[in-house]
Amino acid sequence: MAAATTVPVLGIIDQLPLLVVVVPMIAAPLCVLFGNRTIAWILTFAASLASLLFSLHLLLQVMDGDVVSYWLGGWGPKDGGIAKGIEYRIDAANAFVLVLISLISTIVLPYARRSIEFEITKVSHTLFYCCYLLCFTGLLGVVATGDAFNVFVFLEISSLSTYVLVAMGAERDKRALTAAYDYLILGTIGATFFVIGIGFLYSATGTLNMEELSVRLPELGTNRTVQVGFAFVVVGMGLKAAFYPLHLWLPGAYTFAPSVVTAFLAGTATKAAIYVLLRFLFTVFNPEMVFNTDALSYLLIPLAVLAMFAGSLIAVFQTELKRLLAYSSVAQVGYMALGIGFLSTTGVTATMVHLFNHGITKAALFLVVGAYVLRAGTSFTDRLAGLGRQMPWTSAAFVIGGLSLIGVPGTAGFISKWVLLQAALEKDWWWMGLLIVASSLLAVIYVWRIVEILYLQQPRAGKEIAEAPLSMLVPIWILAIACIWFGFATEMTIGASETAANSLIGGRS
Amino acid sequence: MTEYFPPFLVYVIGAIVLPFLPNDGRRASLLLVVPLIGASMIWSMPEGMHGLMVLAGVEMNFLRVDKLSTIFGLVFSLAAFLSLLYAWHVRDTIQQVATLLYAGSAIGAVFAGDLGSLFIFWEGTAIASVFLIWARRTEGAYHTGMRYLIIQIASGVILLAGAVLFYRDTGSLAFEKMTLGSLGTWLIFLAFGIKCAFPLLHNWLQDSYPAATVTGTVILSSFTTKLAVYALARGFPGTEMLIYIGATMTLFPIFYAVIENDLRRVLAYSLNNQLGFMVVGIGIGTELSLNGTAAHAFAHILYKSLLFMSVGAVLFRTGTAKGSELGGLYRTMPLTMIFCVIGAASISAFPLFSGFVTKSLILSDAAHEGYYIVWGILLFASAGVFHHSGIKIPYFAFFAHDSGLRPKEAPKHMLWAMGITAFLCVAIGVYPEPLYALLPYEVEYVPYTTTHVITQLQLLFFSALAFTVLMRTGIYPPELKSVNLDFDWTYRKLFPAILRHAANFVSTVMAAGSHFIRRKRETVIRGLYQSHGPEGRMAKVWPTGSMVLWIAIILSATLIVNFF
Repeated sequence: MAAATTVPVLGIIDQLPLLVVVVPMIAAPLCVLFGNRTIAWILTFAASLASLLFSLHLLLQVMDGDVVSYWLGGWGPKDGGIAKGIEYRIDAANAFVLVLISLISTIVLPYARRSIEFEITKVSHTLFYCCYLLCFTGLLGVVATGDAFNVFVFLEISSLSTYVLVAMGAERDKRALTAAYDYLILGTIGATFFVIGIGFLYSATGTLNMEELSVRLPELGTNRTVQVGFAFVVVGMGLKAAFYPLHLWLPGAYTFAPSVVTAFLAGTATKAAIYVLLRFLFTVFNPEMVFNTDALSYLLIPLAVLAMFAGSLIAVFQTELKRLLAYSSVAQVGYMALGIGFLSTTGVTATMVHLFNHGITKAALFLVVGAYVLRAGTSFTDRLAGLGRQMPWTSAAFVIGGLSLIGVPGTAGFISKWVLLQAALEKDWWWMGLLIVASSLLAVIYVWRIVEILYLQQPRAGKEIAEAPLSMLVPIWILAIACIWFGFATEMTIGASETAANSLIGGRS
Repeated sequence: MTEYFPPFLVYVIGAIVLPFLPNDGRRASLLLVVPLIGASMIWSMPEGMHGLMVLAGVEMNFLRVDKLSTIFGLVFSLAAFLSLLYAWHVRDTIQQVATLLYAGSAIGAVFAGDLGSLFIFWEGTAIASVFLIWARRTEGAYHTGMRYLIIQIASGVILLAGAVLFYRDTGSLAFEKMTLGSLGTWLIFLAFGIKCAFPLLHNWLQDSYPAATVTGTVILSSFTTKLAVYALARGFPGTEMLIYIGATMTLFPIFYAVIENDLRRVLAYSLNNQLGFMVVGIGIGTELSLNGTAAHAFAHILYKSLLFMSVGAVLFRTGTAKGSELGGLYRTMPLTMIFCVIGAASISAFPLFSGFVTKSLILSDAAHEGYYIVWGILLFASAGVFHHSGIKIPYFAFFAHDSGLRPKEAPKHMLWAMGITAFLCVAIGVYPEPLYALLPYEVEYVPYTTTHVITQLQLLFFSALAFTVLMRTGIYPPELKSVNLDFDWTYRKLFPAILRHAANFVSTVMAAGSHFIRRKRETVIRGLYQSHGPEGRMAKVWPTGSMVLWIAIILSATLIVNFF
């Protein structure tokens, strides 16, 4: 009945906000039903590709600042009333993240076939694809939805399937089970905190729709319930985003999960959480209305700086490549937290750009590690000696990814650090600029260590190691080239991020 | 993005295609074609801004063409061609690719119209060139390369920091004339200074150049420092401080060069000294002196390459470049000897050789602008150059006492490379007008006046006389005070002594300082390893409960921050 008032006729294009999420969700059980590995892979890939196309279309639609609002089942708000239904609300910010997630998934999947054949027993493959799709669905849902409780639901979908995916690494290393268990406990705590926070908000405002929340919260003024809710939401999401010192689940999960899963998660999972955090901080809560503006900076910036240095320092000394990159991720999340902490449009732009650039960079690097695992059987650095000569293409891609991780000009990583520097200097915090540069130097050290091992050390005797298969090289190189491409073609990343930042911060008025 | 194809891309493409070609004469030919294409493109580009593009909201310009960048672009192409011809026999893919990328970055840098793209190429030269040092594949070369790389990268990072601050101050990244004053411009100046081997920032040069391969040294000698000279000429012309920095640079390496035994290191010192002339020219900053700098850089790249080539050929045939182990090679390497003498004559600024027509531009202008002391120093330095590069190098390598070595003449391609370079050195010296036509400003300068020639010849003859007397009486090399006969006694006695003491003092302090830093650094790293290493507190697998504790702490922190 209510449908008629909001959107009378819906074409397929109008359904896109929902289709992005629903297509992989439906594909997931189908994978198990067919029970055939090849069909499961085709289904997964097709669903992922479809989501990518849908989200690209959405991004083009909202690139200039429009908003696409979609009410599930047409349960839109009656005139002046409270919304009962669930709204999917796409603006530049989440369309951008949707593209990132589905892009990485689509690139990773062709690689996945070969990699999981090596790392997971064949019987579990259909289940793997099913969980992968569910995780994918969850991440997309978290990002696409405009309903606070719906975020929680999708968060749980993605988290639960992630626990399973991480645990699948147990075939190669039993410690994957403890890592998955740790992640399960902590992830659940994080999600619980988040839902508690939402509960507080609901009790204070009577609505779960983010848009309505953002209108009602300022009306309440200084309200303890809202403030407590805010704290719970920030901590809960901070945990999912692996903000230092809530990152303890991350190194284990990234290290012991199957390589594909690590690459996919590193490129997407923390990014989705950061997006949610941004959405809540800047859209749902209005920083200026709800609390003292500086308060958030006091909390976020010291932790961000700590993350940048502690994460990188730990990475410098690691002897296991996956773990090294995982700690580097902790540091990189620090940069994103820093961008948020600046509480400025430029800062949020930096976070959004870095979210994208670091997503493709880290995915590329973890894919390379997966190739090493396939060929050399391990990712311990001392066993990778001289692989630069035996696997020239794979290793060259690692160098490109590493350069982007450092933030060398001409790579994607430089662009995001450049914007972050701009944000710091905009506040005249030049010392912060120095800290950013100094922590990047730490990245030089840990990347260089690996490059030295790959290229300047003698290969281990007695073992002929072949180049990675083409099905893995192509995805690796697509991402590696993207690392360079987005170092020059910045219209898309910076443009979308700026629009996103504006819609997050300024979109309310 | 551009209406003209940027020349540096030719080198990049060459470097990418190269590894796919069969590793023989065909690949070496491609190597030679690349600089020729690049040079013809540079030659045909009209002046103006061609490579405008907007990157991250900042206007970048990859292709700013004017006379200053063109002359440097051309001489870099020429140097790349000659060095690659000289390196025809090298079959090491890494060296080949590194050479192309190195030359390409240097050429890219001289056409960079903004500090951002300058930075990219600046680091490009650093990273590409270090492989020429590592190519020796010895433990020592590895460490030398590491030291070299650290300093070069540091220069780049300082440049970047300076550029960022400069951008904040002015809102533009354009690479134009700057004046020292803000922190940003000082940092940029320092970055240029490191690459230009300013006094006390120079050690990387003597450290690394002699450590590269035979061909690597030739290639290294052409680009990095001259790129810095270009950057200074573009960014800081007329900065008076540069005159004194340059004068010091011409002076102090002489003493080291005279006592140094490794002939390649002697050349590295004399390179430093020649840079001083160019820096003085930049510091004076008049049209004439900037012309002098550009011309001198052009001539210098050629004769310095020639000297490095001839010493390199000796090293290639005999396996050593130590003055004490060589001698008497003129019997079996006559052509190399002739080329070396031509190079030596050019660097000593003999009339009819290239150094004479370019150096005198700077010298004349120093006198013309009233910097008489500086002029004097430069004159003294010229005599010193003649002494250590002009006489010492050929003398010890090819004459002196007979070492008994009877090596074969240098390989054909080396002879060709040296021959062409030698021809150019003489050609420029005899007929300088084409070079003058390339210079950034209109030239009305006649090098061959009676006064110029006489002054220069006097200087040279007395210097030569001094050398001969000292050799005859057997007091060379430890006694070097009485060499420069026609100079004021203070410069003869006082300056070397002061300099030696100062050098001693500085090196002692530096050694103590670096020892202290090294010890501290070890302690810090050990501490960091204990806390952050794989077994450390920070990196170990924490129990789940501790994480929950963290959650509680962060939650309360958030609440407290919110409530107050």
